[in-house]
Amino acid sequence: MDSILAAILSANYLAITLLIPLAGFFVVTAAPRRSRLPFFYALISSLAAFVAALRLIPPVLAHAANFTSEIDSPWVEGLKIRLHMGVDGISLWLILLTTLLVPMAVWATEKMVKERRKSFFAMLMLFEFGLIGVFSALDMFVFYVFWEIALVPMYLLVGGWGGPNRFKVSVKFFVYTMAGSVLMLGSVLYLHTLTGSFDYPEILKAVSSGQTSLSSRDQMLIFVGLLAAFAVKAPVFPLHTWLPNTYAEAPMPATFLLAAVMSKMGTYGLLRYAIALAPSAAHRLAPWIAVCAIIGIVYGALLALVQTNIKRLLAYSSFSHVGVIVLGIFAFDQQGADGAVYQMLAHGISTGALFLLVGYLESRRHSLEIADFGGIAGLAPRLAAVFSIALFASVGLPTLCNFVGEFLLLQGAALANFNWAIWAALGVILSASYMLWMYQRVFLGKLNVAIEHFQDLQWRDWVPIVPLLLLMVWLGCYTQSFMPSISMATSQLLDSTNMNNQYRVKLDAAGGGVNAINAVAEVLHAR
Amino acid sequence: MPASLAGLIPPVADYLRILPEILLAFFGIAVMMLEAVSRGKRTYLGVISLVGIAAAFVTNIPGLIAGPLIGPETAFHRMLVVDGFGIFFRAVIIGVGFLSTLASLSYLDREDSRAGGEFYSLILFSMVGQCIMVTADDLIMVFIGLEISSIATYVMAGFLRDDRRNNESALKYFLLGSFATAFLLYGTAWIFGLVGSTNLEDIRKWMPENQTAIISVAVALVFVGLAFKVSVAPFQMWAPDVYQGAPAPASGFMSAGPKAAAFAVFFRLFMTSFLPIHERWAWLMWGCALGTMFVGNLGALLQTNVKRLMGYSSIAHAGYVMVALTAASSIGVSAAMFYLVSYALMNIGAFAVIGYVASRHERFVRIEDLAGLGRREPATAALLSIFVFSLIGVPLTGGFFGKFYVFQAALNSHLVWLTILGLVNSAIAAYYYLRIIVAIYMREPDVATMQLEAPPFSLRLAMWVSAIGVLGLGLFPSALLQFATNSAATLR
Repeated sequence: MDSILAAILSANYLAITLLIPLAGFFVVTAAPRRSRLPFFYALISSLAAFVAALRLIPPVLAHAANFTSEIDSPWVEGLKIRLHMGVDGISLWLILLTTLLVPMAVWATEKMVKERRKSFFAMLMLFEFGLIGVFSALDMFVFYVFWEIALVPMYLLVGGWGGPNRFKVSVKFFVYTMAGSVLMLGSVLYLHTLTGSFDYPEILKAVSSGQTSLSSRDQMLIFVGLLAAFAVKAPVFPLHTWLPNTYAEAPMPATFLLAAVMSKMGTYGLLRYAIALAPSAAHRLAPWIAVCAIIGIVYGALLALVQTNIKRLLAYSSFSHVGVIVLGIFAFDQQGADGAVYQMLAHGISTGALFLLVGYLESRRHSLEIADFGGIAGLAPRLAAVFSIALFASVGLPTLCNFVGEFLLLQGAALANFNWAIWAALGVILSASYMLWMYQRVFLGKLNVAIEHFQDLQWRDWVPIVPLLLLMVWLGCYTQSFMPSISMATSQLLDSTNMNNQYRVKLDAAGGGVNAINAVAEVLHAR
Repeated sequence: MPASLAGLIPPVADYLRILPEILLAFFGIAVMMLEAVSRGKRTYLGVISLVGIAAAFVTNIPGLIAGPLIGPETAFHRMLVVDGFGIFFRAVIIGVGFLSTLASLSYLDREDSRAGGEFYSLILFSMVGQCIMVTADDLIMVFIGLEISSIATYVMAGFLRDDRRNNESALKYFLLGSFATAFLLYGTAWIFGLVGSTNLEDIRKWMPENQTAIISVAVALVFVGLAFKVSVAPFQMWAPDVYQGAPAPASGFMSAGPKAAAFAVFFRLFMTSFLPIHERWAWLMWGCALGTMFVGNLGALLQTNVKRLMGYSSIAHAGYVMVALTAASSIGVSAAMFYLVSYALMNIGAFAVIGYVASRHERFVRIEDLAGLGRREPATAALLSIFVFSLIGVPLTGGFFGKFYVFQAALNSHLVWLTILGLVNSAIAAYYYLRIIVAIYMREPDVATMQLEAPPFSLRLAMWVSAIGVLGLGLFPSALLQFATNSAATLR
């Protein structure tokens, strides 16, 4: 633990980013219950974490393919478990997303949560700590630990502040994810018995240099265990059944974080660990996983189409979108991987914004049934306008964030298997229809007679939404701010194991679009 | 005095080796005597026994430090062997006794039973028996230790004489326990018949060259006797009834101390004397480990009584320790040692909270009775949730590292399926443990919690010490694991 202190003193911003929410948790817990202090403490510490996280950017931009701001200190000596953490071009953006969205959740909590706010803030802080840890862990064991740390506060948030069915729903959520994650623990342990290490870069190096060879049975065991955890968390069809109820029952700030960042834990894990550590098993199972992802995309979209509740509709929509990300990851090509990371970021922002706005609707109407709304655009024109921007971002309108991600994902999927792209595109088309239809029924048309008064956006409502709107445009128009670092990291990831090379479609890492046609030709030729 | 007779008198060093046991026995008798003249005042008796336990702990410390370094030292003509392994478990038992005594101080006051003080002496006697078990080098000593420990715990289970459930619990425990001990004794007789000695070292030496089929029967009989004591399936039936019926501090003690001691005997026998015929009992262990995990976890799913739920949970945890035994490696031994320490801490802590919420005459022992504890007593609720999350096996708690080491040991011995099924089991377990969390944090306060007074100091101390222990093992597990590994190395 001494070296953590040394890391802080030498201004390791990753250590600082990680420890601020933890400190925030203790400060909030110690704060008096009936005051506004917990809110201020939570807001200040989450904002401070964001500022600290911003300082992670420069080193990553300089060496995006390597892990920067590394912390490496022994933890459990006997087993050589090390507190090894670092940031590269993939994890950086997810950490930034997390640290950006948590202050917004804190801000929204102040209005949307009525009771026991202090504990709520404490749980949010703990959740942030767990998530930052998940995205920066480089030791498989530490990764697992943070994975579980993130689960507990989210479970308590859903169960403690959720809707009427919260007991059942939260327990289902916990047991489902726990079942997945204990299997992941089994994989991590098995990997340890085979390689004698928990250290992710070390294992990758040992495997790629041929020092350790994992038989295809070993790889399959490892992959399936990891997949269990990640597929539940993302979720991938058919392991998604916890999702609609959990999203619907959770208090709004929790749903906001569940959809925007927690689902990325699964896709991040798939990309970072599952396909990198067991490439041949990943490749063998890729067609099956792709089929599951496609079923999820279409099935989720169709279910979203028939929902009568806005929150449930968005839950299914989120599930459908995550399917596209999974599909891109299992395309094993540069576009797919780039698109996956980009879309994780874009989806986090657009879905986050939508859930936030839905929270505004709920706090005004105390209901989220579509039938309880209608024609409110006249009463709340600003809310309607902002909602439409978030909605268009979500369905993938060009110049807004999701377009870039989805384009790359579809391209990546097409390079691997053209049929995949067709099906995935169907999901994108369906998403436009259910979203627009919902918008029409909620905001347009004749004013619902039951509504007498509908407040438009207040200044405190604008605060969290404005940064999200700006980011939607930024991500949609200025891809170059994000892409080089993502691309360098993903190409490093795809290169990191020799085995991976033989499966992926060979492309110039930096290129992309230009070489795509050649690559298509190459794939067709290979057939 | 003839020289031959002088040789039979044990040297002073032998007495020094069992100084903790002597102190425990002395204080046990002293407390029992003082009880007769104390006229209903019993808190000071508790304090005296705490002093005695602390003294025993202090005298155990030199052994703890030196234990892993020096080899096994036999005492009393090879009846006892004081080695690092035994000393480690002796420390565990003393710790368990200390926390249980601390937790029962206020419990006995609240229940206002006519007799009080002898509860402490029973704890002390039970500890003496367990200490003898863990250092026994002879099957006869195992039996003697087991009996001393068991008889005291039978009485503890039925301590509140006017309570129907207490009586049921005591009777069940007594009948089934005596039955189990008979198995152990019968197995010992068979072994004596075959080997001509009950000394563990003699058995160890005899084993490799004389592998008759009959020895399997003898080993099986000993196995049954011990399996009863640690509630391993299919000999687990008594555990839920007994834990539900017994006074809460007694349940906490029974689930930690005697269990740790019986497991220590298990390991000493099967990892040394019976190791040469490992392939004959390996499948038996495999099946029992799996069965125990499933019986415990599935049985707990539908319980409504917290104490009964903890009874099933203790069966499930015995299953995890059995996984470590199935691994039959030195990693397995140290994993089990770590597991038993963390299990003892979280279980005593959980039972302390349960006993506190139960109120007078243990009226409130349903899961729903914990409703709203999070609002009425936030600190106590937070401690209980630490214990529960540790029982589930969430990281940063001792329970997690315990499971982790156990399954690592299993994988090292290529028990892939046992590991997978064990991990699945720990996910099943999350379901019923979470019902406790749901009650304390997500439901409105109920009758039970509305009238709760703040926990008394002694109980709070017991809960805090357990919780700090659980978290300490979760954050810095390497110290204890290293120590357990060193101690396990002396087992030979």
